[in-house]
Amino acid sequence: MSKKILSLVLVLVMLCSVACTFSSCGGANKDIKAALICLHGDSSTYDKNFIDAFKQACANKGLSEENYTIITDIPEGTECYDKAADFADNGYDVVFADSFGHEAYMIQAAKEFPKVQFCHATGTKAHTEGLANYQNAFASIYEGRYLAGVAAGLKLVELYGDAEGKVSDENAKIGYVGAHPYAEVVSGYTSFYLGAKSVVPNATMEVRYTGSWYDETAEKTTAEALINAGCKLISQHADSMGAPTACENANVPNVAYNGATGKNTFVIASRIDWVPYFEYMLDCVMKGEDIAADWTGTLANGAVKITALGNAAAAGTQEKLDAVAAKLKDGSLKVFDCATFTVNGANLTEYLADVDDAGDFVPETNVIKTENGVTFFDESANRSAPYFDIRIDGITEVKG
Amino acid sequence: MKNQQTKQNQIKKEPLLRLVKRDALSAKKIILIYAIAIVVSLLLSSVICSLFSSKNPLDFFASLFNGALGSSRRIWLLLQDTALLLGVAVALVPAFKMKFWNLGGNGQILVGCLAAVSCMFYLGGKLPDPLLILLMTVASIVAGAVWGVLPAIFKALFGTNESLFTLMLNYIATGLVSMFITIWVKSGSGVLEPIKFGNFPNLFGNKHLLTVLVFLILAVMMYIYLKYTKHGYEIAVVGDSPNTAKYIGIDVRKVIIRTMVISGALAGIVGLFLAGGIHHTISTASANNMGFTAIMATWLAAFNPLIMIGTCFFIIFISRGMVEVRGNFGFTNDSIANIVIGLVYFCVIACSFFITYHVVFRQGSAKNVKTDEKKGDK
Repeated sequence: MSKKILSLVLVLVMLCSVACTFSSCGGANKDIKAALICLHGDSSTYDKNFIDAFKQACANKGLSEENYTIITDIPEGTECYDKAADFADNGYDVVFADSFGHEAYMIQAAKEFPKVQFCHATGTKAHTEGLANYQNAFASIYEGRYLAGVAAGLKLVELYGDAEGKVSDENAKIGYVGAHPYAEVVSGYTSFYLGAKSVVPNATMEVRYTGSWYDETAEKTTAEALINAGCKLISQHADSMGAPTACENANVPNVAYNGATGKNTFVIASRIDWVPYFEYMLDCVMKGEDIAADWTGTLANGAVKITALGNAAAAGTQEKLDAVAAKLKDGSLKVFDCATFTVNGANLTEYLADVDDAGDFVPETNVIKTENGVTFFDESANRSAPYFDIRIDGITEVKG
Repeated sequence: MKNQQTKQNQIKKEPLLRLVKRDALSAKKIILIYAIAIVVSLLLSSVICSLFSSKNPLDFFASLFNGALGSSRRIWLLLQDTALLLGVAVALVPAFKMKFWNLGGNGQILVGCLAAVSCMFYLGGKLPDPLLILLMTVASIVAGAVWGVLPAIFKALFGTNESLFTLMLNYIATGLVSMFITIWVKSGSGVLEPIKFGNFPNLFGNKHLLTVLVFLILAVMMYIYLKYTKHGYEIAVVGDSPNTAKYIGIDVRKVIIRTMVISGALAGIVGLFLAGGIHHTISTASANNMGFTAIMATWLAAFNPLIMIGTCFFIIFISRGMVEVRGNFGFTNDSIANIVIGLVYFCVIACSFFITYHVVFRQGSAKNVKTDEKKGDK
């Protein structure tokens, strides 16, 4: 019997190999080779967003499957350097890593392989590191979060608004599941909150952290805890389906990140579309041009997106979002307009942010600007990765 | 009549299948059986992987070997990862030999790593590196030993279940690491940057060699310790029968506690190398689940530290090879790779079972069964 199975398998092997040798005879477009390093696989909404965009951009730029590689589940440790260096060993021209903790290891590889381009999402060091072959990229996702916040506000009004559209304080409470108490998350939830507040002026928000970018159980239980604490709508900045699932079970509307969740309680999601950056990156490498050290995607250049509305979105949301998006694009509306929020009861007039990340956590750059009579926190202007790390009034952070 | 019925009943009661222990097979035969099991499982895996992609089974083998051995960098990483896993297996094996089920390898590695990184974080730049590395070594060994000896003390004095105890300590270790990262990283990103101080020196210009040598030497020392020393004998007796041990005057409590100090301390050394030699930082995932993977390495090697070199190499070979397969086959998560790794493990463990036992089908009479047994023994 075992002999029979063995021989069957062997025959299968032979057949397949013959078939595939013929099928792979076609000439490959051998211009450049590109690689993507991901922290998790496509079960993480965050990584899936990169994976899909990378495939799309490679296809758009005519790279055959032989010429690009996606490698997932690479931890934020020396494994990232090992893998990046391995790609360089094997003749890859550009390597992109998608997680914040990959940065130190990408820089290490960039120093060792000056002829290979190393690009990194969400990192903070490219503009000070001064390496010609190491770049950061991110997007002004706070614009997308703000729009998602507007949709959330409209949902609260639809559910709980009185005749004049006012929502009671009790029903104006939003919950937010955050990964880490880090600027990227703080900037995200604050812009989301300000969007909601522009529709529901008395909105408040409670933020709880999971301490991990991807922990399905923790995200689910944290969302449940927020719902139990009286939150009427949940949003999240963490990468699993934990929070959307908790919302679906409790029938609480959910505003997502990175993409639609397919749930009935799904309102809308904001996401970064990485195709524009990947195309730009591949173009530069093909032409032998320098890649910008710090690239920021925006609503205007198509990198910041909101998804189609979900089943749970309130009527009239699309019209409102179109109007707000137009104002954000032409610059007449600033997300972090200092007139719209207070910190310890006062409006901001000056704020030093830790833009140049020397590892000392000492802030050095004033990021409050005034243009056309509007004073605002100028997010993602001094570097692509967010640096808004202020806790504003109306938002309570529950740590631990 | 009555007699006949009872006889019939007896025949009925005999199960359809039963397991009979084999006589020991020759080493040659055992190796051959394992080799066949591995080849068959890999062939199966290659077919499965090909089904889910446009590649073919030959690509699978090419990628697998290329991923593990394709360049000098890959070979050194293969050796380094093998050495680390071997280090954990060496740490676990004295406990297992004593039938103390230490499931806390991950936690013991993590606290060892945390102790070393703490030294690097607080004292880096303030002390000369050689002194710092010495301190890190002491701190890691002590931390690992404490994490190992806690469940041993409770087991020795109060008879608590060591599996649960060691398992729970893993979570506490992870929590401690999270806590320290939160304290150290003021930006709140949860990512501690690599620390420049207290990094182990290269040996003959090679950054992996030191790790490889240290754990190879430890494996040989563990082999000698278990086989040729009085301690090793005591561990074996306590493992086989605590009552016998008591009867011949072995202090069972002392042996349990002493062995777990060693086990924890060795796991702490793995943490030390993760901190000083490899990552120069720490995260909650630093132990990379080696505390559990190493359990299989020790079992497959029948608790022999020298054979563990081979089993660890095999496990790492497959897992490193599968990374390349994933990339080449376009798998964008590690699920299929995990299925393959699981399948290979399954085949290997199944054949280790059939090396020890063989299955006997029910026959018409007891006589037949007996002759069959004899056949099977050959």
